[in-house]
Amino acid sequence: MRKLLIWLPLAIFILFLGVFAGGLIKPEGKVIPSKLVGKPMPSFSLPPGLPGKAGLSSEALTNGQPHLVNIFASWCLPCIAEAPQLDQLAKAGAPIYGIAIRDRPEDLARFIERHGDPYRAIGADTNSSVQIALGSSGVPETFIVDGRGIIRRQIIGDIKPEDVPGIMSDLAAAQ
Amino acid sequence: MTRGLILLAALVLAVPALADSLMPAARYANEQLPDPQQEARAKALMETLRCLVCQGQSIADSDAEMAGDMRAMVRTRIAAGEEPEAIRKWLIERYGDWVSYKPPLDGLTWPLYALPALLLALGLWIVSGRLKRRRKS
Repeated sequence: MRKLLIWLPLAIFILFLGVFAGGLIKPEGKVIPSKLVGKPMPSFSLPPGLPGKAGLSSEALTNGQPHLVNIFASWCLPCIAEAPQLDQLAKAGAPIYGIAIRDRPEDLARFIERHGDPYRAIGADTNSSVQIALGSSGVPETFIVDGRGIIRRQIIGDIKPEDVPGIMSDLAAAQ
Repeated sequence: MTRGLILLAALVLAVPALADSLMPAARYANEQLPDPQQEARAKALMETLRCLVCQGQSIADSDAEMAGDMRAMVRTRIAAGEEPEAIRKWLIERYGDWVSYKPPLDGLTWPLYALPALLLALGLWIVSGRLKRRRKS
């Protein structure tokens, strides 16, 4: 028994080594979900991101209809990848509102021209303040907001083609 | 020679793949508050808030744009008279305890605080036992 016990510290040491090596070889890419899911949209008012297009305030999201709020930016590469899916959602009747993070009107105009415009309105969040108030930690992210302005779901990262039906049904359920 | 030149051109012309916006940093992202006392309080808070993009750094250390915007937010709110702990609470309501480098004392984290004291007591007990035995012999 005693003889075996001598090996215990070494065994524990090797176990620790394994845990640390695992963490180094395969670090967890952690996504940080917003704690505001299930809570009301924070109140905000953003100026238009594009001349000739409406800006976005939180009141616009409490008109009894569910909405998609898409956090994006012209400088964000995955946002290009999700643009066809947003177009598909908009064509299917989903009301999509954009919040453009740290964007200039000229860059935004070029992005919209090249990748399509699924947005009913785009608010310009030039200092990320609304993004931080929403508990969002990157671009792109999409929030499903119900008719009373309660956040129902957060989609972190770009919307893939296979995500579209689920988003449409969640949107219909968020009346 | 030509191969070397092509290689050099590729190195010089390479554009970093990391996406960053073209906007300049917000005011107070990299600028201190005029009041040194307020700046000290903002700095202390920023060193214990975690950057959301570059997950191993505090927002005081990080060069990420979002960390800069968070620094600007912290400094602006402290200059407006808000308490640092109120700002921390506001962020935890949005991102969870994850965003703070100051772990709260609750049902899940109490062993973190209790274990050092327990291990110290255990060590003292073992040492005192050995000393007593040695004195006897």
